Amino acid sequence: MKLGGAGRLRERWNGTGRATRWTAAAAAVALAGGGVAWGLDGEPPVRTRSQAVQVLDGPKDDQKVSIDTTLYRPVGRAKGPAIMLGHGFGGSKDDVRADAEALARAGYAVLAWSARGFGASTGQIALNSPDYEVKDARQLIDWLARQPEVRLDGPGDPRLGMTGESYGGAIALMTAAYDRRVDAIAPQITWNSLPDVLFPNATGAGPGDGVFKKLWAGVFFSSGAGNTACGRFLPSMCALYQKVAETGRANPDAIATLQRSSPASVADRIKVPALIVQGQADSLFPLDQGDANARAIARNGAPVSVVWYQGGHDGGDTETDRIRGYVRDFFDQRLGHRGDGVPGFAVTRAGGLDSSTQKVIVEAATAKSYPGLAAGARTLPLAGREQEVNNPAGGNPASISALPGLGALGSLGDLGGGALAGGGLPVDMPGQSATFDTAPLTAPLRITGAATVRVKVTGKGDVPLFAKLYDVPAHGAASPARRIAAPIRVAQADQGREVAVTLPAMDYRFDAGHRLRLVLATTDMGFATPPQPATYKVAAVSGLTVPAVPALRAPAAPLPAWVWGLPAVAFALAAAIVLAGRNRRRAAPEFDASLADVPLQITGLTKRYASGHLAVSDLSFRVEKGQVLGLLGPNGAGKTTSLRMLMGLIHPDAGEIRLFGHRVTPGAPVLSRLGSFVEGPGFLPHLSGRDNLDLYWRAIGRSPGTAHLEEALEIAGLGAALDRTVRTYSQGMRQRLAIAQAMLGLPDLLVLDEPTNGLDPPQIREMREVLVRYAATGRTVIVSSHLLAEVEQTCTHAVVMSGGRRVAAGPVSEIVGSGRRLEDAFLEIIGEGP
Amino acid sequence: MTRVEDPKATAPPAADGGAPGYDVRRTLPLRVEAVRQFRRRRTLVAFAILLALPWVLVGAFKLGGDPEADGMPSLVDVATASGLNFALFALFVATGFLLVVAVALFCGDTVASEAGWSSLRYLLAAPVPRARLLRQKLVVALGYAAAAVLTLPLMSLLAGTVAFGWGDVSLPTGGTFAAGDALGRMAVIVGYSLVAQLVVASLAFLLSVTTDSPLGAVGGAVGLVIVSNILDAVTALGSWRDFLPTHWMYSWMDALQPQLQWTGMAKGAALSLAYSAVLLALAFRRFRSRDVVS
Repeated sequence: MKLGGAGRLRERWNGTGRATRWTAAAAAVALAGGGVAWGLDGEPPVRTRSQAVQVLDGPKDDQKVSIDTTLYRPVGRAKGPAIMLGHGFGGSKDDVRADAEALARAGYAVLAWSARGFGASTGQIALNSPDYEVKDARQLIDWLARQPEVRLDGPGDPRLGMTGESYGGAIALMTAAYDRRVDAIAPQITWNSLPDVLFPNATGAGPGDGVFKKLWAGVFFSSGAGNTACGRFLPSMCALYQKVAETGRANPDAIATLQRSSPASVADRIKVPALIVQGQADSLFPLDQGDANARAIARNGAPVSVVWYQGGHDGGDTETDRIRGYVRDFFDQRLGHRGDGVPGFAVTRAGGLDSSTQKVIVEAATAKSYPGLAAGARTLPLAGREQEVNNPAGGNPASISALPGLGALGSLGDLGGGALAGGGLPVDMPGQSATFDTAPLTAPLRITGAATVRVKVTGKGDVPLFAKLYDVPAHGAASPARRIAAPIRVAQADQGREVAVTLPAMDYRFDAGHRLRLVLATTDMGFATPPQPATYKVAAVSGLTVPAVPALRAPAAPLPAWVWGLPAVAFALAAAIVLAGRNRRRAAPEFDASLADVPLQITGLTKRYASGHLAVSDLSFRVEKGQVLGLLGPNGAGKTTSLRMLMGLIHPDAGEIRLFGHRVTPGAPVLSRLGSFVEGPGFLPHLSGRDNLDLYWRAIGRSPGTAHLEEALEIAGLGAALDRTVRTYSQGMRQRLAIAQAMLGLPDLLVLDEPTNGLDPPQIREMREVLVRYAATGRTVIVSSHLLAEVEQTCTHAVVMSGGRRVAAGPVSEIVGSGRRLEDAFLEIIGEGP
Repeated sequence: MTRVEDPKATAPPAADGGAPGYDVRRTLPLRVEAVRQFRRRRTLVAFAILLALPWVLVGAFKLGGDPEADGMPSLVDVATASGLNFALFALFVATGFLLVVAVALFCGDTVASEAGWSSLRYLLAAPVPRARLLRQKLVVALGYAAAAVLTLPLMSLLAGTVAFGWGDVSLPTGGTFAAGDALGRMAVIVGYSLVAQLVVASLAFLLSVTTDSPLGAVGGAVGLVIVSNILDAVTALGSWRDFLPTHWMYSWMDALQPQLQWTGMAKGAALSLAYSAVLLALAFRRFRSRDVVS
């Protein structure tokens, strides 16, 4: 990654709001809804009024400054507790509008103001100095106490909370120390000690021996300076920065000045309930800064809650909604005496990726109390002999740990995404780092807090080193557990010196089988390192002591209600679909005993297709045992439709069909006494004729022994072709197989539709004989045909249909009359005769 | 042709009017339906493809060498790390289309092809009651579809183990699972895949009942899956996409995260079951009242 322009880095400093978008674009990790979701349609509007408040400050209280303010009036009530909401460095009161509106909707009177030197306020930047910014804030409290929207605890004493990110969080801590009227504070991602932040030294030797955090310091300063050398900085502040930036070392003056702007200097005076929100992707104000604030306030006896979230100054998930919720709950409890407040310790963790949105799922693990950074420690032995590392001339190229904008990558590391998190970014330069590994973990290990280790460093003069913790999988590349380094400076190490190193605080899970790796590098891009080439020796002289907070528990994220609701609704809907309209009961009884010996009686049968075509109209006829009935009629007379209704394939609109007294409905058991061949054969083409008949018989629920398969096969007369697949058959062969299928089990009523189609004359003759003999056994046969000669020779009775109606019925001899051919009679009956 | 003589022409019918020996509970037994479907060429071809594909993929990897990472992590980067990895990769490439086609084939073809062959009317007139016919066919079709979904990963596991050895699963993001742990995850993955494909099966089955053309039913189901995928790509639809039937099809990959994520799979399973219940209910309703004219 290339370092962006100064403007980009400056943005980072301005607080997380704007910076977020850039991070999202760069790292393609989507964010919580944030500012967009807030203030959507339907949210009540928040009324505001802006005013320039005149204050006096300076060491002698003689500097007139105009502070630009906006008061967000509480929604839904006339008076509410007040909350002062500070902005980030380089920003103004406008940056906090969304947060302010959210709090105003929760019933608070929210005061946003541009700190001196920012926005439309006058004055110069003094870095939250007690002489300047703190005095301004105290006079804003005076002003607030006079506003009608603000609830008072006493005359001139509003019920007051303070919150804000970064620069705005520090002023909350500072003001709480200097003004007893502040009742609760919720400082976010801010500092405890500016000297320790800008000149960190993880050996605990203090900022005088610290390593200059040059990149962040430069971003910090330039975002206040603007286009001129000193911009709106107080000249003394500007000079201070220029001096330390030039030398890379902190002088006592600078330390003293920065110390006065630090909550650490007034740690014993902050005695109000506090919610300390710190970012896990924050190399500017790391978790140990929040820890120092929390411990100081807790020492004074005030209740403290600590939240570690995914974001921070480096970027990453801002978790806007979650943090806003915590802040609101905190103030609700502390100012409004409502609700349960915030758990003592909450850590948000990347629980995985949502595969459908590619968003990182962040869940919050909580514990009752905040145990500090060294809780539950145990020591893991480190392997690795003493190693030589080189400081390159000019301190270049430098290894890379944390950088503004890389924060989003850090959270993926927690997902086992170490290789991904690297993103091809070179992390350590060859020859510049010493590594010490633990044994592979036998069980997963989650570090919550700051690991410690003792190392021995040998080298000429002052030796700056950067201690980092890496996650080393069994196979694959090692990656930083969190992208953050703890700088140390070991002075007078010519003969070798042992120092205790506190690694960066983090919450990180190492998988089973992984090793922890301590890395000590000579360079880091974010820090000032000596330009002289040098070689040092580094050895680990203790194991790695790792802290854990097993009390942290993440409740499983609740599933959305529809996960249970949708299937329940769907099953109910499905049941309704299946059950609705199920019982179209008819008045007629299912069984009429008087008709038990009548193979077929059709009464008033009517079917009109959806197209409107009236296929069968009021058809009635009756077939007695032993008859061979011919069903005659021209094309479209309704013969086939009638037969389909007889088989239960088509629902009649009116009328009924009774087989042996049982009413025919789809699937009626009595259909098992019917053998049918209607409108051509229906076989599975991939099976042989024999298999088709065999499987058909096994599929229709009859006892196996009663198929009379051999008789049927003899009727089909297929010979050797029986074992070929049906798709190879001629039409006549299929026809004969289908008739055989219809006769399987020797049904009491046999219905054949055009049975002689495709048969040759001898076969037609045989078929005729078969049917006559079949009826002679007391069974009944219905043949529909257009070959009148056929019918005349085979049938005993006939029904003639035309246009869906029965036009004649009776013994063939009656229909024909004397001395006529059936053909003539037929044509006459259907009205086309001579 | 021969004579037909049967002295028992007047054997007494059963009380429900059925022929002697007729028992509705014996109609279209699952075993018979399974045999009827199994010997079809498309059944055999579908399984042949699913069984051969892993070996083709193995050949491709052997021929082309190890996959090179192209920046974005994906399962293909680690496909050759172990047999389990290879099985996961095969499942990944097959989930979106191949398995959908296989499932749609077995469930979309089953009723429509009978209608196409005209054999449906003889079964119904036998009679096999309509609801029973549909139920038996659905069970067998789902069985074949499930077998298809199971065949691919199992054969891939075999092929991958032969080609790349047995070992831990490497995750594209860098971590690993022990093989034992991974087998459990694999079971979750395959189980979820089955549930996720249920919506395709139900849709194909409904179309199968509605049309007489097997190709129409199979193609229609696959087509609707494609349309759903296209809509899923329209991010402007926002959270509405959560309710597209294919939206959660790849949620089984949540089982490959260091901490197993159930949320996506729970949502996907809920959606699939909900759609399936309604689609199948519609299929049964439609078939019950339909006039069979094929």
